[in-house]
Amino acid sequence: MSKSSNATSNAAATTLYEKLWQSHLVEDKEGETPLLYVDRHLIHEVTSPQAFANLKFHNRPVRHPERTIATMDHNISTRSIKIDAAGEGAANQLRTLEKNCKEFGIEIFGMGHKNQGIVHVIGPELGLTLPGTIIVCGDSHTATHGAFGALAFGIGTSEVEHVFATQTLRQTKAKTMKIEVKGSVGLGISAKDIILAIIGKTGSAGATGYVVEYCGEAIETLTMEQRMTVCNMSIEFGAKAGLIAPDATTIAYVEGKEYAPKGDVWQQAVTDWNKLKTDDGAVFDTVLTIEAKDIKAQITWGTTPGQVISVDTVVPSPDDFSDAVEKDSCIKALAYMGLTAGMKITDIEINKVFIGSCTNSRIEDLRAAAGVVKKYKGQKVSATVDAIIVPGSYRVKEQAEAEGLSQIFIDAGFEWRLPGCSMCLGMNDDVLKEGDRCASTSNRNFEGRQGRGSRTHLVSPEMAVAAAIEGHFVDINAHSSQRNQSA
Amino acid sequence: MEKFTQHTGLVAPLDAANVDTDQIIPKQFLQKTERVGFGQHLFHDWRYLDAAGTKSNPEFILNAPQYKGASLLLTRENFGCGSSREHAPWALEEYGFKAVIASSFADIFYGNCINIGLVPVKLSETEIEALFVKTQNDDITITIDLINNKVIAGESSYDFSLDTFHQYCLEQGIDSVGWTLDKLDTIKAFESKMPTWM
Repeated sequence: MSKSSNATSNAAATTLYEKLWQSHLVEDKEGETPLLYVDRHLIHEVTSPQAFANLKFHNRPVRHPERTIATMDHNISTRSIKIDAAGEGAANQLRTLEKNCKEFGIEIFGMGHKNQGIVHVIGPELGLTLPGTIIVCGDSHTATHGAFGALAFGIGTSEVEHVFATQTLRQTKAKTMKIEVKGSVGLGISAKDIILAIIGKTGSAGATGYVVEYCGEAIETLTMEQRMTVCNMSIEFGAKAGLIAPDATTIAYVEGKEYAPKGDVWQQAVTDWNKLKTDDGAVFDTVLTIEAKDIKAQITWGTTPGQVISVDTVVPSPDDFSDAVEKDSCIKALAYMGLTAGMKITDIEINKVFIGSCTNSRIEDLRAAAGVVKKYKGQKVSATVDAIIVPGSYRVKEQAEAEGLSQIFIDAGFEWRLPGCSMCLGMNDDVLKEGDRCASTSNRNFEGRQGRGSRTHLVSPEMAVAAAIEGHFVDINAHSSQRNQSA
Repeated sequence: MEKFTQHTGLVAPLDAANVDTDQIIPKQFLQKTERVGFGQHLFHDWRYLDAAGTKSNPEFILNAPQYKGASLLLTRENFGCGSSREHAPWALEEYGFKAVIASSFADIFYGNCINIGLVPVKLSETEIEALFVKTQNDDITITIDLINNKVIAGESSYDFSLDTFHQYCLEQGIDSVGWTLDKLDTIKAFESKMPTWM
C-alpha cells in the first residue's frame, strides 16, 4: 500500500464528491455550517420515532413526504410476518412507524409488503437509489448507496427530524480519499474480502473525516451488488461516505427499476450521470493504492472490523503492535474472543453461521453461497453448527426461491428465514448466546453486537458456507469459488 | 437544548480506544419510542455482570465509588464509532455527562453530540495521555470553558477548537430546525432549479 497525495494538480478539476457537494449546496454562509439538499430520505422503526415526536411537539409538517420512504427491518421477526412476533417493544416501534407514516403521508413498506426489506437492500432494488443524489438514513450503513455515485451517509435522530422539516442537512465538508485497487483479485476472492482488506490496512478510524472514492480495475469490474458490499463497510473505517463513480454497469442496473425515472426524464438523468466522475488531475487529500492480487480471503479475529487478517495466517500477538493503544486493544480483543496468539485461523471452530445483513444478503451473495454449497457435493452443515440464511428483502427471497437457491440451502441443513436485519445486530430474537462463536457475513464484530458475550468473525458468504459445513474456517482460496467469473 | 458556557465537574477516565456505540448503549435498549430512559443502560454490558443489570461490575470505572457523580468522560481515540444511534449521546447525557474528552471521535457520533448539546472536546493524544496520568493519582475535577475554548485541569490548561457554527449552537442552545426553517425561501429557490429526475 502506498500513501501519497496526487502529484499533478489542476485547479479546475474536481472530485466526484465535490461535484455532488456543489450540486446540492443550498447555502454556504460565513459562520454557518453549509446547508445541503437531501433528495432521498430512508427511514425505519428504530431511529425515527423521537424525530416524529419532536415534529409534532413543534407542530411542524414533513416538508416533502414524497422524498421519504419507510420500511420495517431492524426489529422484525425472521420467523413470522406478524407485527407482534418479535416482542412487545419491537411491535410498539413498528406500530409507531406505521402510525407516523400515515399521519405525515409517507409511503411505508410494512410487514409482508412485497417491497419490504432491509433499508439498504430495498433502496437500490426499487430504484429509489439514484446516481448524483444525496441519500440519508438514520443508519450508519447508508454508505451502501454510494455504490451508485450517490452521496449517502448515516445520520442521527436530530438530523432525521431536520430532514423531515426542511429537506436539508447541515454538513461540514469532508476531506477526500482515493482508494485505488489495482489489477484483478484472485479466484474466489469476493467484494467482502476487498473491503475487509482495505479496513485492515487503514485501521478502524483510518478514514474518519473523509469521503472515500473507490476506483481501479478491481472496483470497476465489480457488479452493482458487489460494489454495494464495498461501500457498505466504508463506515467501518470511519469514512463519512464511500463512492464509486457511476458507469454503464450502474445505469444498466437502475434502468427499469420501479421508482427509477422513465422516458425523457430518464434520458436527461443518464446524460447528467455520465458527467459524474472525478476529473483527471483532481486532487485528493489522501491516496491509497492496493494491489488486488495481494488480497486473500479475510476473517476478523478481534472486536473491531479493522482487526482482520488473511485466512492463511495466524491470530496476531500483542507483541505484533508497537503502538501502546493497539497493543492494549489486541490484549482485550483476544481475551473477549477467547483466542490465543499464534493459533492458525483455520483452526478456529465456530458453532453459529449467519448469512445476511445489508452487507451480504442480496441475490448475488446468495448465489455465491449456494455455489459453495454445491461444491461440497451433498455434504451438510456440520452437526455442531446452527446456520441461518436471511435474505435482504422479500424480492431477494422470492428470486432466490425461484432460482432454487433456498432449496439448495435447506437441503444442506441451513435454515431459510424471512427478510430483515436479523442477527447482524440482534434487535429481534435472532441473538447469539454467551460464548457462541459465529461466522457472520455482517459488518460489525463489536463486543456483544450479536448477543452479550458472543463472538463474531466477519467473513464473506463463501467463507460462511465453508465454515458452516466444515465447522471451522477454511482456506477457500484453494476451493477457488467461481464467483468473480459467474457473477 | 440547554445552553453551555462553562462546566466544572469530576472526570471519569475510561481507558479504551474505539469505544463503539454498541458498548455505549447496547441494541436491546433501543426499542423505546421516547427520548428518555437510556441513561440507566449506559455501558450496560461493561457496567453489569448480568444481562438483567442487577449485579454491578466492580471493575468498571463508572462503578468505582470515587467516580460517582462524574460529569465529564475522558477517553481515547475514535470514541463513538459504529452505529448512528443518537441513543448513545442521549444515554451519556442522561447519565449526567456534560462533555466527552477524547483524541478523536467518529463523525456521526460527533454530530449527534453537537445536536443535543453534549460537548465533544478533542485534544491531542499527548494531552489525553497527560490527563489520564493525572486521573491515576487523584480524583480530579476539570473545567470545560466554552467561552475561551479551554480545558482546565489544575494548573494545566489545554486549548481546543470547535467549528464556529457548532460553537454558536452549543453556547446559544439553538433549535437548529427552527434556524433552518427561517431560510425556507433560499431552500425553495434551490428546489426550483433542480433537474426533474432528482
